[in-house]
Amino acid sequence: MTILTKPEAEPVPQGSEHFLSVRDLYVQFATEDGTVKAVDGLSFDLDRGKTLGIVGESGSGKSVTNMAILGLHNPRNTTIAGEIVLDGQELTGASPKTLEKLRGKKMSMVFQDSLTALSPYYTVGRQIAEPYMKHMGASKKEARDRAVEMLRRVGIPQPQTRVDDYPHQFSGGMRQRAMIAMALVCDPDLVIADEPTTALDVTVQAQILDLLKDLQQESGTSIILITHDLGVIAHTADDVVVMYAGRAVERGTVRDILKTPEHPYAWGLLGSIPRLSSSVDVPLAPIPGSPPSLLNPPPGCPFHTRCAFVDQVEGDRCRTERPVLPEGRGSACHLTADQKRDIFIEQIQPRLR
Amino acid sequence: MSEQTTLDKVPAPRPASGEKLLEVTGLQKYFPINGGFIFQRRVGDVRAVDGVDFHINAGESLGMVGESGCGKSTTGRLVTRLLEPTGGKVSYAGKDITHSSRKELAPIRSEIQMIFQDPYASLNPRQTVGSIIAGPMEINGINPTGGRERRVRELLEIVGLNPEHYNRFPHEFSGGQRQRIGVARALALDPKLIVADEPVSALDVSIQAQVVNLLQKVQQELGIAFLFIAHDLAIVRHFSQRIAVMYLGKIVEIGDRESIYGGPRHPYTHALLSSSPEADPDDDGRERIRLAGDVPSPINPPSGCRFRTRCWKAQDKCATEEPPLVRLGGNAEGHLTACHFPEEPTIEAREEDIVLDPALAAIEEAADETP
Repeated sequence: MTILTKPEAEPVPQGSEHFLSVRDLYVQFATEDGTVKAVDGLSFDLDRGKTLGIVGESGSGKSVTNMAILGLHNPRNTTIAGEIVLDGQELTGASPKTLEKLRGKKMSMVFQDSLTALSPYYTVGRQIAEPYMKHMGASKKEARDRAVEMLRRVGIPQPQTRVDDYPHQFSGGMRQRAMIAMALVCDPDLVIADEPTTALDVTVQAQILDLLKDLQQESGTSIILITHDLGVIAHTADDVVVMYAGRAVERGTVRDILKTPEHPYAWGLLGSIPRLSSSVDVPLAPIPGSPPSLLNPPPGCPFHTRCAFVDQVEGDRCRTERPVLPEGRGSACHLTADQKRDIFIEQIQPRLR
Repeated sequence: MSEQTTLDKVPAPRPASGEKLLEVTGLQKYFPINGGFIFQRRVGDVRAVDGVDFHINAGESLGMVGESGCGKSTTGRLVTRLLEPTGGKVSYAGKDITHSSRKELAPIRSEIQMIFQDPYASLNPRQTVGSIIAGPMEINGINPTGGRERRVRELLEIVGLNPEHYNRFPHEFSGGQRQRIGVARALALDPKLIVADEPVSALDVSIQAQVVNLLQKVQQELGIAFLFIAHDLAIVRHFSQRIAVMYLGKIVEIGDRESIYGGPRHPYTHALLSSSPEADPDDDGRERIRLAGDVPSPINPPSGCRFRTRCWKAQDKCATEEPPLVRLGGNAEGHLTACHFPEEPTIEAREEDIVLDPALAAIEEAADETP
């Protein structure tokens, strides 16, 4: 494992900007039914070597955000506005050629469904080697050796022979490992993992999550981990952004979000999942209703239609005024800090045991 | 769609709880694999379910957990007799239904109902909600007092849907609402046993909790027995009084909730519990077990104990002798384990983590040496 490790003391500019910073990102799709506001003013930062968890239900805009970072949206029907700065480089207005040079080298992605994300037509080894040849200018032989090395690193047994297998000859867990190998082949600085373990069984999921975490510690990569499962982020993420209807509704460290959440939606999410140690006599506390349509999101706070605390806010602010998410730790909610604390301690926390 | 709908309109002549409603012994299902050119011949079997014993008492919920391909869905389909068992015996309310004909099954079919995993595929898009829910009554020639339509509206209310949606089509509903329609359809015949095959795994987290609460309400208030099949251990624990853990077509451990989650004995149960992610950054008190690789193929399952290829305690005996599903010393009544070398009944963290995955072990060893 000689070529894999990065030079130890890479000069990190002290006190400077974040490695990745997304500011006021808007992603809209033009459809026959109207404009879908998939991401609606999202901001977040990610530092080098850290893991950011993005949590939300389906349709909350988690995947769309990350496709925008990678520049994978079809420009014909997608409008992207805002700022995405990766290591000092602005990405929203970058040319397709620039993005192509970055994709696979500086930033890469681990997709959810490894069977559709891998090409059935090429061997696993060739698919891993391809970005290495393209970006590093390696020869076929070098790239193949690199692919074998990567397969060994992610724990595929007999990598010398398995490198010539096709994706269908791999099991689900092995395919996901191959996807990770592919994403890491050029030692990228940013890996976006979009629900990397959702299609896997729990014992395999635990292996893959630990593998991602260990590989990160070894190579110092930054990871964006997209998931709907709060259990997955608990032991993998450093910071968490909770998304709802295309917006970030709460931001904080993983401990903040899981231990002292502030937004009613985060309370609802935590109350919806049973735990292995919780009392079985207490019924779950689901969030009533279902997520809003992004074609026509509700005015004001997008969560007000499902929120139980709307009447505790003075006036009609929840329905008319969109709450802002403060910088750093905080939540986009009109409740005052005292109200949030009191409600959480009195009503929410007892149910989470 | 309030959560407080009452269920008092339902008549309830039910078997007393505690009686065995369903009993399954040595159940097997082999799917043949055919091969050969022109002349097809049988070249092997997928042993989806290979000798499973369990029972469900009236009014009780039995949870069934395991990884994909372990045969839990097949077991559900065998119990409902949607599939013909290869061997073994299924008896419902004392009557052997293993190989009953369609005609013999007709009266029993109305008592065993099923809720399917995918709410998008299990409702006919060309039928209205009303005719979907009334379908089972029509087929079984049941005419409730007040007419079928009234009963359907009642059922819609029970599952928390607006009775006025009677004439709508499935595509007008969200995933969670569709699953409620599936529940209403299962309730239409006033069943005694419902087989729920991953009823919430296709739904979003916040919607999952709504459906789990609905099923729990139905189970408790109507006294319906459940075979609750799921891969999410926390949900199964929340819903079921007894739990069976399956691995490659066999039950490796079965017992009441406290025994399985508090004092599991089978190494696989330990591994499953340890892998299940908890939304709590502080739960470092649990043991950490990381298995290597995936579940082996059920076409050529390992000899002896099927878990031995991934087990850290496997010895020669495990390869030659299949462990029987028995009550081990110190286990509670009804807590059965199939293992030659059982683990201690605790899930506390061990002195040393069990990491069998080669990549993980290599990286972690390297990390331990460097600092």
